[in-house]
Amino acid sequence: MTDEKPFVDIRHAQKSYGTLEVLKDISLTVNRGEIVAIIGPSGSGKSTLLRAINDLDPLTGGEVWLEDTQINKQLPHRQYEKHINQVRQDIGMVFQHFNLFPHLTVRGNITLAPKMLKGLSEAEANALAEEQLDKVGMLERIDYYPSQLSGGQKQRVAIARALAMKPKVMLFDEATSALDPELVEEVNLVMKKLAEEHMTMIIVTHEMGFAESVCDRVLFMDQGVVVEEGPPSVIFRNPENERTKNFLRKHLASNKE
Amino acid sequence: MDIDLMMKVYPFFLKAAWVTVQLSVLTAILGLICGSLGAAARLSRHAVLRWIGGAYVSFIRGTPALIQLFILYFGGPQVGIQLDAFEAGVIGLGVNIGAYMTETIRGAIISIDKGQVEASRTLGMSRFQTFRKVVLPQAMRLMIRPLGVNINALIKGTALVAAISVVELTYTAQRYIGSTYKPFEMFLMSGLLYMVIIYVTGRAVTWLDNKAKIV
Repeated sequence: MTDEKPFVDIRHAQKSYGTLEVLKDISLTVNRGEIVAIIGPSGSGKSTLLRAINDLDPLTGGEVWLEDTQINKQLPHRQYEKHINQVRQDIGMVFQHFNLFPHLTVRGNITLAPKMLKGLSEAEANALAEEQLDKVGMLERIDYYPSQLSGGQKQRVAIARALAMKPKVMLFDEATSALDPELVEEVNLVMKKLAEEHMTMIIVTHEMGFAESVCDRVLFMDQGVVVEEGPPSVIFRNPENERTKNFLRKHLASNKE
Repeated sequence: MDIDLMMKVYPFFLKAAWVTVQLSVLTAILGLICGSLGAAARLSRHAVLRWIGGAYVSFIRGTPALIQLFILYFGGPQVGIQLDAFEAGVIGLGVNIGAYMTETIRGAIISIDKGQVEASRTLGMSRFQTFRKVVLPQAMRLMIRPLGVNINALIKGTALVAAISVVELTYTAQRYIGSTYKPFEMFLMSGLLYMVIIYVTGRAVTWLDNKAKIV
């Protein structure tokens, strides 16, 4: 399922705002087809790390690579924009608050970027939208506006929108955190389906059960460092580090309330 | 109230109202141009442009419109700017309302959720594509009403150009008061015609706003 060469390669990532260090020298490699979950308390830097991968939150030190391309290259403004717009096409991202374009229909949301960036014709873009929406079970809502959808439906459309660019890797930034509990499952199912198709995924999540069932590897982050890393069975069942244990205990307790 | 007199002079007032409408339309167009450029400058990546945009807004909003008109119309010739009263009125009022529109347009643009930009940029869309296809269509809907407020103020603001003797509604009223000594009737007639213009404009803004609603 995975090959040896790193697919996503984060080398010595550092990020600070003034004197506040959010990421302290983090290195992480993800292989093709691998699914990695990043867990940790809020403020641990997990979202910042994820957002650094497509340079949405640029690092203050270190490098991010996707295959043979360095993503966070230092270039003059114009060249950088050209470069980053190109590499971002290969990196799908799903946000906590969906960020669908409210002035466009579901179809418009999905076809916008492929039409503008890949020169797809109207018909080709429509076929693409239908294909992606079918995958996330939202085909019958193709002509709805985002405001007419539930949170779970919005997130499924957002996933379809990202997939329509045929990305090499998908980033999920707490994709289910803003959803009502009964809507979480439908999004999880879509993500599981992607996992079965061996999509490379990096998932920042609070859903421990989901992370355990879907991911190949789990990173526990706290205060800007990776505290512990390993297969889910180890991290969730037999964590070694005290901080990991504490976090999971608290998380379990708060989920039971 | 001297209704007979009002009936006798109203055609002249209608003619004056037409001048006010022309002034308003041209001023609104110039204002929208200045407002768009001003907003673009204020939101620019370049500090110099931001400064220019800021200075424009500060100067216009910090000085009376009447003074701006006087500078342009009476002071202009001194520095080689020769304008007739109507031209000076349109340019003066247009540049003036443009500063207010700058803030309206800028406000609508910056109120668009940052997540919209992030979503578009992560798909690989450029800054410009993101602005044109994602931010602007949403911001345009938001700015219709507040721009309507600007235009309402602009229409009433056209009364100022009476001071540089443009023969519009207010000036016409003053002129007929000179010969009839009936300020109540004359100003009332002007006022009513302003109201008609503003009412029609207001309806147009409401219509546009409803039409722009997404669902």
